[in-house]
Amino acid sequence: MLENFTYLYHGFGIASDPFNILLMAIGILLGVIIGVLPGLGGANGVAILLPLTFSMSPTSAIILLTCIYWGALFGGAITSVLFNIPGEPWSVATTFDGHPMARSGRAGEALTAAFTSSFIGAFFAVVMITLIAPLVAQFALQFGPAEKFAVYFLAFASFVGMSKEPPAKTIVSMMIGFALAAVGLDMVTGQLRLTFGVTELLNGFDFLIAVIGLFGIGEILLTMEEGLEFRGKAAKIDPKVVWKTWKTLPKYWATSLRSIVIGCWMGITPAGATPASFMAYGIAKRVSKNGKNFGNGEIEGVVAPETAAHAAGTAAMLPMLALGVPGSPTAAVLLGGLLIWGLQPGPMLFVEQAEFVWGLIASMYLGNIVGLILVLTTVPLFASILRIPFSIIAPVILVICAIGAYTVNNNVFDVLMMMVFGVLGYLLKKTNYPLAPLVLAIVLGDSAEEAFRQSLLGSAGSISVFWSNPLVSSIMGLGLLAGLWPLIGMLFNKLRASPQPA
Amino acid sequence: MEQAHHGAGGGGPKQRSVEIGTALLTLLFGLIVLYGSYIVGFGWGADGPQAGFFPFYVGLIICVCSLINFVHGMREDPQPLFAEWSQLGQVLRVLIPACIYVALVPFLGIYFPSVALILGFMMWIGKYKLPLSLAVAVGVPVFFYMTLERWFLIPLPKGPIEAMLGL
Repeated sequence: MLENFTYLYHGFGIASDPFNILLMAIGILLGVIIGVLPGLGGANGVAILLPLTFSMSPTSAIILLTCIYWGALFGGAITSVLFNIPGEPWSVATTFDGHPMARSGRAGEALTAAFTSSFIGAFFAVVMITLIAPLVAQFALQFGPAEKFAVYFLAFASFVGMSKEPPAKTIVSMMIGFALAAVGLDMVTGQLRLTFGVTELLNGFDFLIAVIGLFGIGEILLTMEEGLEFRGKAAKIDPKVVWKTWKTLPKYWATSLRSIVIGCWMGITPAGATPASFMAYGIAKRVSKNGKNFGNGEIEGVVAPETAAHAAGTAAMLPMLALGVPGSPTAAVLLGGLLIWGLQPGPMLFVEQAEFVWGLIASMYLGNIVGLILVLTTVPLFASILRIPFSIIAPVILVICAIGAYTVNNNVFDVLMMMVFGVLGYLLKKTNYPLAPLVLAIVLGDSAEEAFRQSLLGSAGSISVFWSNPLVSSIMGLGLLAGLWPLIGMLFNKLRASPQPA
Repeated sequence: MEQAHHGAGGGGPKQRSVEIGTALLTLLFGLIVLYGSYIVGFGWGADGPQAGFFPFYVGLIICVCSLINFVHGMREDPQPLFAEWSQLGQVLRVLIPACIYVALVPFLGIYFPSVALILGFMMWIGKYKLPLSLAVAVGVPVFFYMTLERWFLIPLPKGPIEAMLGL
């Protein structure tokens, strides 16, 4: 335990290097822009910028990219409060009370509350990562292939159980991801599969292309359909407003604490920031004294979802670092980055790359502080970006996506694939298929398959290997429970309903 | 589910038919995966599971769940619209230029199609005047040329026009 603090201290030494601080500032600013613009978000923003980091040291690269992620989390709040347009799905719940506050001239207050709560949520999530991640990693070192597959199973099963979309749609979306991941050269047998003779598919589908298409192009098509017109409220934040708001925030400690717990939990299990923010908002509304006033500009209604969303977004890094199973699409893209930089995510990372891991964790502390200061001081600038009409932004974002897709592998075919994924993303989103499991499955498909095949090899094809010891059985059991949760809930409701005759 | 379809006028495809169509599409995808796995062998080879082993079951699950979605889709309320035709028209106004753009990139490189896309989009849909449109249309690719090719040394695809200019 104590040695971890020594590591963390060293980590702060790495993260507070002037170059890295500069990268943090750049990352946060880029992230906020990405979070503010429609069509660009955390996941595809990081995906587009990933190729630029190939020449950096892994630590600097991950600091830049994670800060883009923090910035995007902050940026979502700006559009929600000022324009009633959630820049990111997880800031939808912030619009409920944030925008009414802005309409009644309390935009500064709402934004300060949002940013500060985001910061607090993220901060506690990082503290949790600092304390728990090394333990989880140490524990995970004992994992064999069967346990590894069980963890993947648990991660994907909780998608099925937790998402608000119908389970069959979640499963289809996830399995499409696994199928796409399987295309190309089979690592074990060296055979080509599912390519049907198309040479372009030899290397399979790159998940970065999928992310840029699904989230970027798909989002632009959706925005076009809704015919957005940005009519926002002006934002001015002066120190007096900030100070005044900060003085009121401690009153809501109970709401914050609850949201932090919800956020951390939902972030670790890959349910993600979006359901976390809705859940935190819903519970705060039910519990709070001012619950009735929620929706009319209650500051507590901004605090709850923002704290939870940021806590979840940050906590999503824990399973990525300790287990190699990302908790959100953006964490999945970062995991892909680790692989490209030649680092193997998972428990061994804490042993072999201690400097990298602790530099990253320290940068999460610093990055969020830098982020809070930067967003509080630069809000008007970002609000003005949003006033650029969509007919200028849309083609520029299209070009950015195309360039991003090309630079992943220097391949023009990828640009075409991006477009296909874009149309697919639009269709799936409109028909309520969740996209996050699809992306996660493309990223993890190969590792999950490898773990699956290795465990079956060990047991000569018998499925019983997944129940062969207490550890693997309990993870699989949890996974089954999570996956069958909708079914269990349905049965439970029926049982409860039946004793009372109508 | 949550899409608000405001404006009573204007018809459009029904959400139900699109749901059913999507389910059939995923079913087709599942069948393709099954077929692909079948070609490479999905059984147990001499040295363990064959290449198609894992994708075979993935394809099987896709097919089963697509059928469930298909049944759910059939049962859905046939009234709500997927989108109004005018909204879909808006979507096509981005989609068609974007597809042309993407189709041109392999032949002309990324720079000139980008200029054309932004210029066309701003003037046609945004109704901007030529000078502003031209400024943005040229400015954005030049910005990427400077940052990516010169600063980060990441080459972008170029076509015959850049070759003529000697870039």
